[in-house]
Amino acid sequence: MQLTNRKKVVVKKEMSLAEKLYLPAITNGMVITLKHFFKKSATVKYPEVKRELSGTYRGQHVLKRDEQGAERCTACGLCAVACPAEAITMEAGERKKGEENLYREEKYAVIYEINMLRCIFCGLCEEACPKEAIFLTDRIVPTDLKRDEFIYGKDKLVEDIKQPVDVTKRQTQNVLDFKKDKTKGHNQTWADKQKLLSDKKHH
Amino acid sequence: MLVFVIYKIILVLVVFAISLGVAAYSTYAERKVAAFMQDRVGPDRAGPFGLLQPLADGLKMFMKEEIIPTVSNKFLFILGPSLAMLTALMAGVIIPWGGNITMGNTSFPLQITDINIGILYVFGVVSFGVYGIMIGGWASNNKYSLLGALRASSQMISYEIAMGLAIVALVMTTGTLSLGEIVAQQSGTWFNFVYQPLGCLIFIICAFAETNRAPFDLPECETELVGGYHTEYSSMKLGFYLFAEYINMFISSAIIVSLYFGGYNLPFQNLITQYIDGNVLSILQFLCFFTKVLMGIFFFMWVRWTIPRFRYDQLMNLGWKILIPLAIFNILATGVMMYALGKV
Amino acid sequence: MPLSQYLFFFLSFVAVLSALLVILDKNPVHSVLYLIITFFSIAGHFLLLNANFLFIVQIIVYTGAIMVLFLYVIMMLNLNKEIEPHKKNIPKVAAAISAGIFLMSLIALLKGADVNLLPAARNSNIGLLENLGNVLFKEYMLPFEISSLLFLGAMVGAVFLSKKEIN
Repeated sequence: MQLTNRKKVVVKKEMSLAEKLYLPAITNGMVITLKHFFKKSATVKYPEVKRELSGTYRGQHVLKRDEQGAERCTACGLCAVACPAEAITMEAGERKKGEENLYREEKYAVIYEINMLRCIFCGLCEEACPKEAIFLTDRIVPTDLKRDEFIYGKDKLVEDIKQPVDVTKRQTQNVLDFKKDKTKGHNQTWADKQKLLSDKKHH
Repeated sequence: MLVFVIYKIILVLVVFAISLGVAAYSTYAERKVAAFMQDRVGPDRAGPFGLLQPLADGLKMFMKEEIIPTVSNKFLFILGPSLAMLTALMAGVIIPWGGNITMGNTSFPLQITDINIGILYVFGVVSFGVYGIMIGGWASNNKYSLLGALRASSQMISYEIAMGLAIVALVMTTGTLSLGEIVAQQSGTWFNFVYQPLGCLIFIICAFAETNRAPFDLPECETELVGGYHTEYSSMKLGFYLFAEYINMFISSAIIVSLYFGGYNLPFQNLITQYIDGNVLSILQFLCFFTKVLMGIFFFMWVRWTIPRFRYDQLMNLGWKILIPLAIFNILATGVMMYALGKV
Repeated sequence: MPLSQYLFFFLSFVAVLSALLVILDKNPVHSVLYLIITFFSIAGHFLLLNANFLFIVQIIVYTGAIMVLFLYVIMMLNLNKEIEPHKKNIPKVAAAISAGIFLMSLIALLKGADVNLLPAARNSNIGLLENLGNVLFKEYMLPFEISSLLFLGAMVGAVFLSKKEIN
């Protein structure tokens, strides 16, 4: 079945004299390279000049705090489940009395680690998070000499209280609506899923 | 006599220095040209516009660790790059750089020596040049090096024939083998490429093959042979090989310019000769020659960054089945034309 | 002694020494390299005789083309002591006898030669390109053309040998 009309039948046809001589083809190519010679170069002087990144650029992750400065992450593990590269691991703990200003929910992540060597920066963790806790940012993960250094713990992931990372650019209305839509598989909790299934059964 | 000897020694040193300098800056120019043709900037960190890059590269070459494979023949291993460099520099001797410079009553020609078999001398040097590559490739005791050396030798022998035949037609029209005289004949008239367009084209193609430049750079074809004949080389010995290639490029474009593009003659020179002093004219001629040669080098680079590498059988087909018959045809056509025009 | 004579002795010494080394060196690639040196010193002799055309042709043809092919074949076959098959003695004896005969005829030739001719030959410009061309294309026109036919025959033979039989 023909799906597109882009199909092209390749025929090995006899070359004309001009094609056999190769010289016209070579001159054509040389003219093209000469045109490029006078074009403005497409590169920038990187460390001094930086290209503008898109607002939704997917770089190094950040674990957000809420307005009171408490960590939003509740260690539900949805990001770890969503992660196709299995780069995220975490260990949950219970919030003690007097830590309300540190952690927003009763449960929080004691250890939260992302292996930046495994991470493919797909952003599925960001989509999966029900608490608006993890976001990808336009920061670039720096290089290092040791593999261990690429396993980022909470010390590197959680944002500084004094210098919060701005993620408003990626929280457009579309994104927020998308996150609320419970018919999308990755936004569902287990309960949502059961409810949808039973609905289907009734129909 | 003493003045003459001192003058010649100075001239030799100057030509030597110019060859090395041009070669050094050719490496920089090559990277810049490649960058511009690929919409990039190229080296621009060392000095303004990266102009100190050749110095940095040279320093790096000297500082690198020198590795001589234990199983290779040490003497031949060192002889290889030395020969490559020697033969590359030797051909510069017969190139006419300009007219005469007159001081007092003596006139000094801007050419180290004008031997009456100048073109043949170039051929001798070129044909000897392949030994540097062959010996180095063999002494490396490495399969890739050996393959590179074999490719270099068969390629150079094949293209030397077409090159020689292209020159024969030129020698027929000029009636001399001396480079100085060939250049002098072109002053004030049409340059030789007007009379010998086919021979000029064949000669240029063969010059590309003889200098192992793309699209004929199969001896150092990195996709197939790692580094070709210089796979095992490091430090300044590698530098010599790379440098020799650029000197060869410089010299061969100087020879192309001398043979076919008027050498040091200015275009429409006879219109201005009566108005200016002989020495000024000589200096102008030297600058003109140098510009032409630099344009030749640019052409070499331009081709390199445009045309992909030949396959080896295509290379041999081009050399033996196309260029040699074409060159023979060119000789015949030249002979017929000369007879028809009554030049014989 | 004039400078040219020193040069002559030096070149002769190099030529003979490297010619000996061609035979004595066990490594075939080294032999070829010594042979190249021999050819170079012979070319130097031509230059001493004021025959610059012969000098350059010696370099182009012998060291530049033929020896490159020699070296090419030897490198390609990768001849060395380990894979060299044990040779029989008969070829060696035959080679020694034929070389001896050649040497004797050379000596006989030299003995009969008129030594007084030599200085005159050196002073003349017989080896220069123009004179050589005039002699070759006027006096020896026919032998020259016949020898070119010989080359044509050799070329046809080579093509014929390398052509595979088509069934």
